[in-house]
Amino acid sequence: MFEYCADPDVLSTFEWFSCYLTNGKHLLFYKSFGLIILLLVITAPLAMLLGLLAAVAIKSKFLLLRLFSKAYANIVRGIPDIIFFLFIPITIDQLIEFSRHKIKCPEMVDSVWQGSDFIVCSAAKLPLNSDPQWIHDIYGFLLAVMSFAIVYGAFAANTFHGAMNSVPQSQIETGKSFGMSRKQLYISIIFPQMWRYALPGLSNLWMLLIKSTPLLFLLGIQDVVYWARELGGSKTSIFQYPHPDWRVWYFLSLLVFYLLLTKISELILNRISKKIYLPI
Amino acid sequence: MVCNATIEDYALRSIGIGEKLLPKSDITLCDQFVLIGSGIIWNLYFCIIALAFGFIFAILTAIIRFNKYIVLSKVMDIYVFIFRGSPLFIQFFCAYEVFVLLPKIGIDINLLFTTITVETSWLTKAWLGAVLVLFLNTTAYSSEIFYGALKSIPKHDIEAAEAFGLSTRRKYRKIIIPTMLRNSWSSYTNEAIFLFHATTLVFFSSFPAWRQSGDALYYASYFADKTFNPFVPYPIIAIYFISITLLIILIFKIINVYFTKHLPKERKMPIKLFKNMVR
Repeated sequence: MFEYCADPDVLSTFEWFSCYLTNGKHLLFYKSFGLIILLLVITAPLAMLLGLLAAVAIKSKFLLLRLFSKAYANIVRGIPDIIFFLFIPITIDQLIEFSRHKIKCPEMVDSVWQGSDFIVCSAAKLPLNSDPQWIHDIYGFLLAVMSFAIVYGAFAANTFHGAMNSVPQSQIETGKSFGMSRKQLYISIIFPQMWRYALPGLSNLWMLLIKSTPLLFLLGIQDVVYWARELGGSKTSIFQYPHPDWRVWYFLSLLVFYLLLTKISELILNRISKKIYLPI
Repeated sequence: MVCNATIEDYALRSIGIGEKLLPKSDITLCDQFVLIGSGIIWNLYFCIIALAFGFIFAILTAIIRFNKYIVLSKVMDIYVFIFRGSPLFIQFFCAYEVFVLLPKIGIDINLLFTTITVETSWLTKAWLGAVLVLFLNTTAYSSEIFYGALKSIPKHDIEAAEAFGLSTRRKYRKIIIPTMLRNSWSSYTNEAIFLFHATTLVFFSSFPAWRQSGDALYYASYFADKTFNPFVPYPIIAIYFISITLLIILIFKIINVYFTKHLPKERKMPIKLFKNMVR
């Protein structure tokens, strides 16, 4: 980064740290914080959309849709989220590759599950082996986003379901007596009013979501935990910046980052909830 | 039954009893069921110990915070803020690194008839280190739940107790703590469920699974890696977790009935699951 960094061995402590903390790997470490924010920003609306759809489906007229959405909302909450984070990406990945295998390589008749291997022809691989690294990264990140959205969608479905039921029944009946259709009831009565009832639940969900982002590490993504382990491990004198095991400091800095993130979110959410305070 | 041999070999594998080697090839459904079920022992162990100690300490910390002892309450507030505001996963990593850096010493504890040497290196093992982190974590969350319930106890209940001349101890034992528990039981049930789910994180953070004795998810992901087929082990572990979650709900409901048996019907509070998730 700086010019005097060429030979770290002769630097004073302060200069050594200024060089150490701005080397290439550290810049990647700082970028991975952005990755977390990006994940939060993409996942939260997706999960809310999924939750809203499921909540409407729970009240649907069709039995099958009703059963499916109820099963989704309840089963996902009964199982630790980490199991889904391990299960969903590999499942989606295999489903896509399996169907691509069937379409692109119909001449291969062997089963794709052979013993302990999952074999698809190379044209069916996603992303292709020949693709550059950034496509692999984005694909992995998208799988992670989907897993988070599916898990938190189930939680949101429950929150929205409760919120929809809290909208005063008399208003819905009034709407019905005006001859409103189901669609009109949702759009002009239920949706506009349910937010204030859903806000406490959604705030909790946002906190839950923030606190589950380090699990990205388990999905093989180079996130903050990955870099903290990588950079903090002790470095021998072969490395440019040798140091003993500093992982505890790196993890403590992650702890502080998350504390800040949750504290700031809490302050903002408190402000919003004061604004739309419910006079009961 | 074909499964008997497997049960004999692997039912207690997670605590080191039985066959040493895990099945490597020709993994049957039976293997997966038994071994994942054996891993559940760890999850239950983590959950029960952390919950039992956490329950007592959460009540204590909640009362300390409620009474606003100048220094102690502030310390407790900060502790609760740190553990509630950060992810458990990061807490595990931090704690593990701290435990590793601790000097390796044995502390002798004299129990009159015998001496036990408590080694700090035990903290780097899951059975003590992870339990400690889970305990601190659940104490913080439960403390917040109980503290909220304490604040909502009607003033006149406490005043009535004082007017009757109850001593402070009796006031807490007879009036304040029972009311607090009744009002917060629903939230506390959710906390117990979340804690049980959180136990799956232990072996995925830094804590090593010694001699491949891990929890249910450790074995499930082992099978998923070995067979490259996630559609068998993960649904199996899901079945285990859903059934134990239902069992937790049942137990907490029974306790709730016991708590509220003297109340008129309209004041009985049903347990609302996942209504106000605090984690």
